[in-house]
Amino acid sequence: MIEFRDVTATYPDATKPTIKNVRLHIDEGELCLVVGRTGTGKTTLLRLINGLFPHFTGGVVSGQVSICGRDTAKFPPRELADLVGVVGQDPRAHFVTDTVEDELAYTMESLGIPADVMRRRVEETLDLLGLVELRRRPLDTLSGGQRQRVAIGAALTAHPRILVLDEPTSALDPPAAEEVLSALQRLVHDLAITVVISEHRLERVVHYADRVLYLPGDGSVRDGAPADILKDTPVAPPVVELGRIAGWDPLPLTVRDARRRASALRDALTACVATPAPAPDPDTAITVVVRDLRVAYGNRPVLNGVHLNFRAGEITALMGRNGAGKTTLLRSLVGLHQPVSGTVTVVGKDPRALNARALLQEIGLVPQDATDLLYAATIGLECAAADDDAGAAVGTCAALLAEIAPELHGEQAPRDLSEGQRLSVVLAIVMTAAPKVLLLDEPTRGLDYRAKESLASILRRFAQTGTTIIIATHDVELTAELASRMIVLADGDIVVDGDTAQVAVSSPAFAPQIAKIVAPLPWLTVGDVAESLGVLP
Amino acid sequence: MRSFARNLHPLAWWLWALGLLTAASRSTNVTVLALILSVAWLVVKRRRSDAPWARAFHLFLKLGLIVLFIRFLAQVLFGTPIGTPVLFTLPELALPQWAAGITVGGPVTGPSVLAAFSDGARLAVMLALIGAANTLANPKRLLASLPAALYEVGVAVVVALSFAPSLIVAVTRVREARRLRGRDDRGIRGVLTVAAPVLEDALERSLALAAAMDSRGYGRRATVNPRIHTITTGLFSVGLVGIALGLFGLLDSSTPSRLTVLAFSVGVTAAVGGLTLAGRRGIRTRYRPDRFAVPEQLTVAAGCIAASVTIWASITHAGVINPPIGVLAWPSVPWPVLLGVLLAAAPAFLTPLPVFTQQADDAVAVRR
Repeated sequence: MIEFRDVTATYPDATKPTIKNVRLHIDEGELCLVVGRTGTGKTTLLRLINGLFPHFTGGVVSGQVSICGRDTAKFPPRELADLVGVVGQDPRAHFVTDTVEDELAYTMESLGIPADVMRRRVEETLDLLGLVELRRRPLDTLSGGQRQRVAIGAALTAHPRILVLDEPTSALDPPAAEEVLSALQRLVHDLAITVVISEHRLERVVHYADRVLYLPGDGSVRDGAPADILKDTPVAPPVVELGRIAGWDPLPLTVRDARRRASALRDALTACVATPAPAPDPDTAITVVVRDLRVAYGNRPVLNGVHLNFRAGEITALMGRNGAGKTTLLRSLVGLHQPVSGTVTVVGKDPRALNARALLQEIGLVPQDATDLLYAATIGLECAAADDDAGAAVGTCAALLAEIAPELHGEQAPRDLSEGQRLSVVLAIVMTAAPKVLLLDEPTRGLDYRAKESLASILRRFAQTGTTIIIATHDVELTAELASRMIVLADGDIVVDGDTAQVAVSSPAFAPQIAKIVAPLPWLTVGDVAESLGVLP
Repeated sequence: MRSFARNLHPLAWWLWALGLLTAASRSTNVTVLALILSVAWLVVKRRRSDAPWARAFHLFLKLGLIVLFIRFLAQVLFGTPIGTPVLFTLPELALPQWAAGITVGGPVTGPSVLAAFSDGARLAVMLALIGAANTLANPKRLLASLPAALYEVGVAVVVALSFAPSLIVAVTRVREARRLRGRDDRGIRGVLTVAAPVLEDALERSLALAAAMDSRGYGRRATVNPRIHTITTGLFSVGLVGIALGLFGLLDSSTPSRLTVLAFSVGVTAAVGGLTLAGRRGIRTRYRPDRFAVPEQLTVAAGCIAASVTIWASITHAGVINPPIGVLAWPSVPWPVLLGVLLAAAPAFLTPLPVFTQQADDAVAVRR
């Protein structure tokens, strides 16, 4: 099916190859998960499969990649379109037509499949992925999960033997991700399609995988059964980390596996006393006040009368499905939306009345596409501009960055950095003005576990110095790790507002894996469990 | 005739509008022009959907009014006065010797204003008809129904069309990002600082789209014989010249009509032949192509009747369809033209209703 023979791939301006001497053989009907830290070549590996590398990206490939006997050096992506279907991270960027049905038919049209066959396959695919009600909908009215299912459907109608997905769930909330992954699971079982998928949030996919390809970062690929490979990789979901601490072998991959083995662990934990979360200090100053905030897009209400207070030094996680109003709330706090009614007060001031420079001193937002904030050619210039904008002493931003990401240096171009590194730069820029409130919108989207940990420790440090931090996120593990307070939004209303420890345990949708394993005990993270048991994680 | 809601073939709307446009272009008779405009308005009113492009008609109407006003202003300022009565006299600008023949200001007469008005009205109505076609026909479906040989050009145009809205989104995003970094840029400086990141963003998007399209088989080709390629090029050249001559004859009433018909038919035949041959290189098939059924045929026929009746009348009743300048009388309309143009309103009643895309859940959201 997929055959890599001593493949080495080097990007045009790179000094060393991204993929080096890789031999691989992937069989029919396998669900193959590609894991590794950011920047280790996961996307490159996926692009080699349908020839986008090197036909589209440039660069040099030695060795041979052969897909069902076709050599990708001789066949460009369009000549492999009947064998390999590709689904990207952001389907919006890849849609060619504008309604669901047309999009499903597009690849078949290009391949010249007869009209009656096309019609039949579109109907079948609509059923297979549960898209029947959406068939006439314009693509830009779909939700994230629906969009991703359409993208998968569009790749499937051409009946490819192989489906390649590059982080298909990174932008999705947990239920939408589940929707997409269970659809994939069915495809593998019903149609024996070979699926190659890369993903950062292993807790979502690892239990579906037959096989894991781990890229350690030196260009090689380690290949094996999930439980074997994950024994010692630096990227691992919480359930696997718990298994490592507890010394379980083979490692559990699902909450169910772990829970069945965890009775001894639970007994051990019952004997320990859980460290109670420090009670919020009622004397700390309230920095942000939101009173009856109502925001609408045109006629569509997004926030209906939200009341909230945030204190200095508090870390709050803002959760809820895509489109619940999380981003809108954050944007309203920095004054990017004109509210229909209600007020927002940040440190006693109305953010809409402040000019940009004064606003910077009070509140900073790291938006979803953090890269939007970067435009200089090098990190050094970016930092200098940040010092200038914030009116801070020269070198403030560079010093902050050195603390957050010591591996970066001033001559690097922001463009060449990994997602996590770019986020660090943006964070340093925003914090240069020392705002009293820091907002982050989906900061962990493209981050691996290590990068997430370092982000968490940085944010904790900011909070200790009295910064109010509000994070909009889908990531329950991050919330458990970091936030002391959790707010759940649904349809523009606040549904839950309370201590993370209580909220997270009370509903499975927002419970981290560890909480599900040790329930009814109140532990939330691997770190907590390790500390209580006195082992090093 | 009751039929299910469906969108008419976009080509049918364009041919209908082009028929009326031909009719309007042959006439400076304001009554005929008003009649054509009302017919277009009625059809748009009854058969437009809620799609974004369905708001084009008003835009084109406004554009038409601007053209009318400019034409009027030009006549008042620079026009040579014809006939009587003099309505008012503007102070005349004395121009140097080398600019002789150009007058600025001076007396403004009734007939010259009327002539300017009817000429401007003709342009405005023609614009409105283009607006009507844009309003009624889905531009993407129109490009999708291009012959196979033009498919790739069509895709390029579609991508370019979706580029504009995404550019606006990108500008907003970059501006907000700059505010978040503590900069309020306004005016020219603001535009310049925003331009580079926005274009970079747009470029990255188009590259991503191109990669996705390639992965989905865009641009696959069948191999063809090089001789066919040469013949195709020849047919295209002949077709282009023929159609250009034909169009010129159609819009210019002094060209003999036999020549017009001959050039047109030779041109169209050659072009169709060329497109068919060129289409052999593409292997593409169409998913649920738009039908060209009875309502489409009726629509095109209605447009053609309006065009041919007006062309016929402009030859036989030249003084009525193009009233002589200087006569201050309300222009009359010969009954065949009245009937022919009114027939063009038939699609407002005989075609199926368009499909509305607005979802039920959106409607619920609005009500709440």
